[in-house]
Amino acid sequence: MSINLKKIIRLAEAVERIPGGASLLIGGFLGIGSPHRLIGELVRQGRRNLTVIANDTARPGLGIGRLIDAKAVKRLIVSHIGTNPETQRQMIAGETEVTLCPQGTLAERIRAGGYGLGGVLTATGVGTVLAATARQIEIEGKMFLLELPLAADFALIAAHRADYLGNLDYALTARNFNPIMAMAGVVVIAEAAEIVPVGVIPPDEVVTPCILVDYLVAREQVNGR
Amino acid sequence: MDGKEIIARRIALELKNGTLVNLGIGLPTTVANYLPVGIEVFFQSENGLIGMEPLPLPGMEDEYLADAGGAFIGAVPGACCFDSCFCFGLIRGGHLDVTVLGALQVDEQGLLANWTIPGKMVPGMGGAMDLVTGAKRVIVSTLHTAKGNSKILKKCTLPLTSIRPVSLIVTELAVMEPTAAGLLLKERAPGVTVETILAATEASLIVPAHVPEMQI
Repeated sequence: MSINLKKIIRLAEAVERIPGGASLLIGGFLGIGSPHRLIGELVRQGRRNLTVIANDTARPGLGIGRLIDAKAVKRLIVSHIGTNPETQRQMIAGETEVTLCPQGTLAERIRAGGYGLGGVLTATGVGTVLAATARQIEIEGKMFLLELPLAADFALIAAHRADYLGNLDYALTARNFNPIMAMAGVVVIAEAAEIVPVGVIPPDEVVTPCILVDYLVAREQVNGR
Repeated sequence: MDGKEIIARRIALELKNGTLVNLGIGLPTTVANYLPVGIEVFFQSENGLIGMEPLPLPGMEDEYLADAGGAFIGAVPGACCFDSCFCFGLIRGGHLDVTVLGALQVDEQGLLANWTIPGKMVPGMGGAMDLVTGAKRVIVSTLHTAKGNSKILKKCTLPLTSIRPVSLIVTELAVMEPTAAGLLLKERAPGVTVETILAATEASLIVPAHVPEMQI
């Protein structure tokens, strides 16, 4: 198994691989299931001009909201910013370019990006203001919007457990966008609440297979060591 | 009983045993407090859960278990979790029996606007567009008026959430159903007259000879 252990990487080194201006898929739903350590380190290292694709920007001081606070995001593709007044302020001031996308459409666009599909057809948004920016296609008498795939340079994933190989599982509603995004990042960096020996996560419970994970962030030092 | 409680109690009567139900944030969430005795439903949360139940005991919250508003919740025995694609597959794919959502405006065709006031309020649509487009039944829960102006209009002026009409509109004054012929007044709130409802409604209403009171 030693060939795979090279993917375990310290937090600072993981984030050093992400250049300014990179595009990032970031997991989480209002901060639940977001990669909080990676986000904190991006802020600490002062990364700027990022493109972030995520469900939301949580709230100031929390999750992706910390990247917004740090003015690290140039372009944002999300379904919801209602919980973060700072994101709304930056959007209205023209500091951050925000594209809003229905949550189910966002999930499917990311899936398309990771699954090698040319796009998805959805009835969501037909006849609304969204139809101005998407092609409407009629199939057997029903109208759909053609929504294009989304992918990014990096996917930043938060798992519940990772084994030494990088197989991941998730806890409760912290799963959300994480497994979909793990398919759609050119480079996938995962952090986990627990790192366990290989075999502890049984095959049926692995949600994200290790072959998708390029780097697994090493655990924090514990017990004062 | 205040207006919001009337709405929540009336909508609770629409829920059928064993169905999958998604409640929006705010007033719609309170519908769960008034489920009739003997009716059990599964509540879906669009961040990836079937089997949501209200707040756990203080201090017993799980940091990985929250609702779509980010508030900590509980989960019933038999609950299950899944990713966002699956969750919206349930919603869009016709597997969700009922969604209950708020409104900024709803019109006599049953069209709903509930996600943006351009230039004033741009929170994003979240899951609302998928829910209104995909759920088997869409029930609107809203106060009848806002700042003295009717929210039940001839035609929505705000950007629509979907071009699919909603199934039922419940306010503190009335229950209304969009039909092919127009917006049908089905029920009055206790003690409310048809005249009061008509005065508070910009939309044209079809008023049957007998409009029963809500049984709440």
